[in-house]
Amino acid sequence: MSTILNAFSEAGALLASFDADFLAIVGLSLRVSLSAVLIACLIGFPLGAAVALFRFPGRGAVALMLNTFMGLPPVVIGLLVFLILSRSGPLGVLGLLFTPTAMIIAQAILVTPIIAALTRQTVEDLWREYGDHLRSLDARPLDRLGTLIYDARFSLTTAVLAGFGRAIAEVGAVMIVGGNIDHATRVMTTAIALETSKGNLATALGLGIVLLVIALAVTATVQVINAIGARKAAIV
Amino acid sequence: MSARQSILPLEVRQLVFEASGTRLLHDVNLSLTVGQRTVILGPNGAGKSLLLRLCHGLLTPSSGDINWRGAGTRDRAIRHQAMVFQRPVMLRRSAHANITHTLKIRGVARSERRERADAALALAGLSSLADRPARLMSGGEQQRLALARAWITEPEVLFLDEPTASLDPAATRAVETLIEGFHTAGTKIIMATHDLGQARRLADEIVFLNKGRLVEFSPARSFFENPETEEGRAFITGDLLW
Amino acid sequence: MVVRIASLFAALFLATSFVGVAFVEAQGTPLTLASTTSTENSGLLGDILPRFTKDTGIAIQVVAVGTGAALNLGRSGDVDVLLVHAREDEDAFVAAGYGAFRRDVMFNDFVIVGPDNDPAGLRAQADAASAFGKIAANESEFVSRGDNSGTHKAEMRIWKSTNIDPVIASGRWYKESGSGMGATLNLSAGLNAYTLSDRGTWLSFRNQGDLKIVFEGDPPLNNPYGIILVNPERHPYIQAENALAFIDWITGPRGQDAIAAFRIAEEQLFFPNAARP
Repeated sequence: MSTILNAFSEAGALLASFDADFLAIVGLSLRVSLSAVLIACLIGFPLGAAVALFRFPGRGAVALMLNTFMGLPPVVIGLLVFLILSRSGPLGVLGLLFTPTAMIIAQAILVTPIIAALTRQTVEDLWREYGDHLRSLDARPLDRLGTLIYDARFSLTTAVLAGFGRAIAEVGAVMIVGGNIDHATRVMTTAIALETSKGNLATALGLGIVLLVIALAVTATVQVINAIGARKAAIV
Repeated sequence: MSARQSILPLEVRQLVFEASGTRLLHDVNLSLTVGQRTVILGPNGAGKSLLLRLCHGLLTPSSGDINWRGAGTRDRAIRHQAMVFQRPVMLRRSAHANITHTLKIRGVARSERRERADAALALAGLSSLADRPARLMSGGEQQRLALARAWITEPEVLFLDEPTASLDPAATRAVETLIEGFHTAGTKIIMATHDLGQARRLADEIVFLNKGRLVEFSPARSFFENPETEEGRAFITGDLLW
Repeated sequence: MVVRIASLFAALFLATSFVGVAFVEAQGTPLTLASTTSTENSGLLGDILPRFTKDTGIAIQVVAVGTGAALNLGRSGDVDVLLVHAREDEDAFVAAGYGAFRRDVMFNDFVIVGPDNDPAGLRAQADAASAFGKIAANESEFVSRGDNSGTHKAEMRIWKSTNIDPVIASGRWYKESGSGMGATLNLSAGLNAYTLSDRGTWLSFRNQGDLKIVFEGDPPLNNPYGIILVNPERHPYIQAENALAFIDWITGPRGQDAIAAFRIAEEQLFFPNAARP
C-alpha cells in the first residue's frame, strides 16, 4: 500500500522536477509514438479505405492480415523488425538497430493494422451513404477514396487515438529493437520495465502514472479539437 | 450545353430487373427524346426509382438494353447526366465546399472553382448560406443545394427521384422553380414522383408505372384528360391500385 | 478547407519533423557495448562510462541483456564490444571466430539469497554445492533465471556438481523466471524463495522484502567478467578503433581504478583483475 502511495509522490516529484533526463525520456516516447502513428495513418487510411471500396485480387487476404495483425503481440513484431534490421538481417546495412528510427518502424507496423481495420469499417459505413452521389458523379477511384477519408475524418480520430494508445503503451517491441539505451532509446515504458527490475517499484509506478497523465493529455487534446471541428462541420 | 450534340435519345429495350429472385421491373420499353420534361408517375413500389437508377447507370439491368443513342463513343454517357435524390447526399462540408467538391471531381481548375460555386449558390438562392455546414441546412435548402451541385456539371439529362417528397409546399415550390430553370436552359428532365399535382405542373409527358410494368407512356395532357388504361384513370382519381 | 485540415491534424503533422530527426540520427551510431543486466542495473557502467568518454571523447552506449543474448548480438554483428560473464561460452565465442579476442576485466561473486528464517538451513553449509543440495532435499522454493544468462549458467554448473537435476522439479519448488536478474529478484521477494544473484544487482536492488544473503564466499561462486572485441573481419562496420580504445581503457589503470572505486553503500562490488602490462 505504501508503495502505491509513494508512487503518486514519485510521479508528482518527476513532473515537478523538470529533470532533463526524465523530460528526454518523455519527449522520446511522444516522438516515437506520434511519428509511428503518423506513418501508420499515411499507410492505414488509404489501405483501409481501399479494402472497403475496391474489389481486387487478394482483398480477402489483406483484410484477414489486418485483423490478425491487430492482435499480434508487440514482442513478436519487435522480434521481426529486430531480425530484419540486425546487421546479419536483410536491411542490416542501414545500421538502424538500436535507434529511435527502428522503434518508429516497429510501432508503425504495430499500429497500421489497427488504423487500417478501423478505417475500413468507417469508410464502408460512409460509402453506404455517399455511394450513390459519388457514382452519379462518375468520380474516379482515387477521388472516391479521398472524399470518403476526408469526410470520415472526425470518425477516424477514434482510429488514430486507438493506434496512439497501443503505441505509447507497448514495451515489447521498443525494448527489443531499441535496446532501452540510456539517453538514446529509453522511453517511458522501457524505463518502467528497468525500474521494476531494479526493484524501484514506487519509481516504476510513478513513471506509469506520468505515462497515464501524458496519454490522457494527448487524447483529451485531440478529442477537444475533434469535437470543435465536428461541430463546425455538423457531423452530429 | 444545348449547342453540343446530345447523348439523347435514350432507348430502353426489354428492360428487366430482378433482385434475389423477385422480378421488380418487367420488360420496359421506352424512348425519351430531347426537350420534353418526362415525369415517371406511379404509386409507391411501382419501380419508378429503379427505372431512374437503371437509366442513370447506378444499377445494372438483369436483362435488356439501355442505350444513349447520341452518346456515340466520345466518352461515358453518365458524365453528361446528373441525379438528385429524394434524401440529398450532403457531404460533411459547407454548402460552398459541397459544390467545389463536384467541380474538383470533374477536373475544374482550382482557380475557377470558387467563382463557379458562388454563381451556382446564387442561382439556388443560397449565397447567404455558403459557409453553413450542409448538414445543418433545412430539407428544402439541402435539396436546392443538391440542384445547384447538379447545375454546375452542366448535365444534358437531369434525373430527379422524388425530390420534393419530404418538403413543405414553399420548399417544393422553390425546388420546382429550379427544375424549370434547368428545363429552360435545355436540360432534359426525367423525374419520378407520386405527387399528381407536381406531375400536372411539370410534365410534358408521363411514364406511368404500376407494379413494375410500364402501363402508359403518353403526352401529359392526354394522360390526365383521357387516360388510356383503367389503372391510369384509377391513379388520377385517387382510387389507389393495390 | 486546407487550413481546417491542417489545424485538425496539427498534432500529427508536428510528428513529421520527428521522423526526419530520427533518420538523421541513424547516421553516426556511437560505439555500442552489449553488457549484462548486472553491470548496468548495479550502476557500474553509468558510473565509469562517462569517465571513458571524458578521457577519450568517444561516445559509448549500452544495451543491457543477458550474457546469452549479448553473445548473440555479437554473433550477428549488432554491437561492437561485449562485457559478459560466462567464461566457457566466451572462449567458445572467440574460438569460433565471432570475437577477435577476450581479456579479463574484473570479477565479483554470486550470493545465494533467501528467506531470513532460512528454512533449508543454508547458513550452516560449508560450500555452495551442499547449500544447493539442502534446497533440493528440503524442496524449498528456488527461483532460477532460466534465461541462458551468465548467472543462469553459473547456477547450472553448481547444480551439476551436486548431481541433482532441478529441472525435474520445474514448476514445483524449482521455478524458472526466464527473466533478468531484477525480475527474478522481484519474483523471489514475492515468493520468499531462494535464488542465486550477483552481488552487485543484489546490493543495489531496492525491493528485497524479507530476503537476506544466506550463503556466500565459496570459490564456485566467483563471477569473472571478460571483455570481447566483436571480430571486425566478420563484420566490417564494427568500430574497431574506438572499441580497442575502450578495451585498452577499461583494462588499463584509469578503467581499473574506476571499477575499484565504485561502491554501493560503501561496499566495493567489482574487483579489477585485468593483466597489468
